[in-house]
Amino acid sequence: MKNLLILGAGTAGTMMANKLAPELESRDWKITLVDQDETHYYQPGFLFIPFGIYSREDVIKRKRDYIRPGVELVMSAIEKIHPEENRVALANGQTLSYDALIIATGSDISPEETEGLTGEGWQRNIFDFYTVDGAVKLAAFLKDWKGGKMVMSVTEMPIKCPVAPLEFVFLADWFFTEQGIRDKVEIEYVTPLPGAFTKPVASRYLGDFLEKKNIKLTTDFDTGSVDGARNKLISYDETEIDYDLLVIVPTVMGAEVIGRSGMGDELRFVPTHDRTLQHKEYENIFVIGDAANIPASKAGSVAHFAADTVYDNFLRYIEGRPLLESFDGHANCFIESGFGKGLLIDFSYDVEPLPGKFPLPGIGPYSLLEESKMNHWGKMMFRWIYWNVLLKGAELPIEAQMSMAGKRRAS
Amino acid sequence: MTTMTVKDRSIEVNEEGFLVNPDDWNEEIAQEIATREDVGELKEEHWKVIRFMRDDFQANGKVPTIRRMKKTGGVPVKDIYRLFPKGPAKKAAKIAGLSKPEGCV
Repeated sequence: MKNLLILGAGTAGTMMANKLAPELESRDWKITLVDQDETHYYQPGFLFIPFGIYSREDVIKRKRDYIRPGVELVMSAIEKIHPEENRVALANGQTLSYDALIIATGSDISPEETEGLTGEGWQRNIFDFYTVDGAVKLAAFLKDWKGGKMVMSVTEMPIKCPVAPLEFVFLADWFFTEQGIRDKVEIEYVTPLPGAFTKPVASRYLGDFLEKKNIKLTTDFDTGSVDGARNKLISYDETEIDYDLLVIVPTVMGAEVIGRSGMGDELRFVPTHDRTLQHKEYENIFVIGDAANIPASKAGSVAHFAADTVYDNFLRYIEGRPLLESFDGHANCFIESGFGKGLLIDFSYDVEPLPGKFPLPGIGPYSLLEESKMNHWGKMMFRWIYWNVLLKGAELPIEAQMSMAGKRRAS
Repeated sequence: MTTMTVKDRSIEVNEEGFLVNPDDWNEEIAQEIATREDVGELKEEHWKVIRFMRDDFQANGKVPTIRRMKKTGGVPVKDIYRLFPKGPAKKAAKIAGLSKPEGCV
């Protein structure tokens, strides 16, 4: 009996275990999945909590209920990975040996990386919405807020779901309008990027959106520190931005165990081959999801498309066949734009988000890079798909590789 | 594609001013780019950063980020911003003859 060990039972790890379990049963492989948290979080739903659209209960489920029988789930923190010795030490004292390892330990915010951020003001008038806790506290704050200047800032790239902070300001514009206080709220979007988004065409579209919604855009701002006593966001070159309410995406880093094991880069992301998803150094290790240092979005849709490559390549690896360079960095993200509408972007390592129709050329039903009600419903429906199709490792009617069909090259 | 002339030598640069052929790089060219980018005369402090960036790129094949310059290169972030004001990651990479730092996704 051989052992496949999967570290992390989030979106990526759960999908991999569920996809591989039926295949490996017949091949004398045992799958063990390790995680420290009993709760599975539907992270795309965190965005809706501050505005009272979702509550905590809407985004959490029990991990065990989503893992196939035949996969052994071990609940423990992970102490250290010893890749030279093919074993992993757990915090509960157990040591697990493996023949192959899939790292799906994800990423999380590290507010303590920014000077002053967790000091005065933290969770009083400074909030994140990348944790359930932060999102729930921000909801409580917004419920009674009478208005003032709200700054949404991105500390440094890469972040999980790079569109989420944009969606946040679009929804905030809608929310304050509904509350009847939009005229009393000034909204500013602060980013270290040279534009609203990472890729030029989408950046232009989304930049126009910000302007239309009367949201000020401040680019090239590298956050150095936060002065919570004086309500100031300060860049490394000492430009200051005032706020009454600061909503921030802190620095995002890989899991601490990756750092402890000496397996990560400066942000604790694991060096991974960007097309095969095999570890750069160890042949029997694959990395999936936001734990990897590949230049793709750190988003669930990317993990979903990556799962096909890891599945194929893991089987090829155990059969001693050459790996496929099949992963293309495909990402597919709905972007809430407020007032019951949304946008959709579909892109890869080589092709930036372009306008058009998706998935059927000329028909849709979704519009790429264009606001529509249908896109909003796509986003809201996605929660059902996530729990009932995606996590189970089942196929969605979308190709893993990005397709140019239906896309228009912008002039 | 445009060119830049340094000591009668014509050097190819892209529309953003990054060297097209990394092998063209030498210290005189670095100084010329620095002047064009309003960084002024390159001093030992600048060279320390530039050398780290070039060595790190040699070793890892990636243009180092500011965070990496701090953590691995031991250069305080404030110094990097003082030495290469306004967009130091991009500016220092350009002067060091490297490509534009991998944008984020």
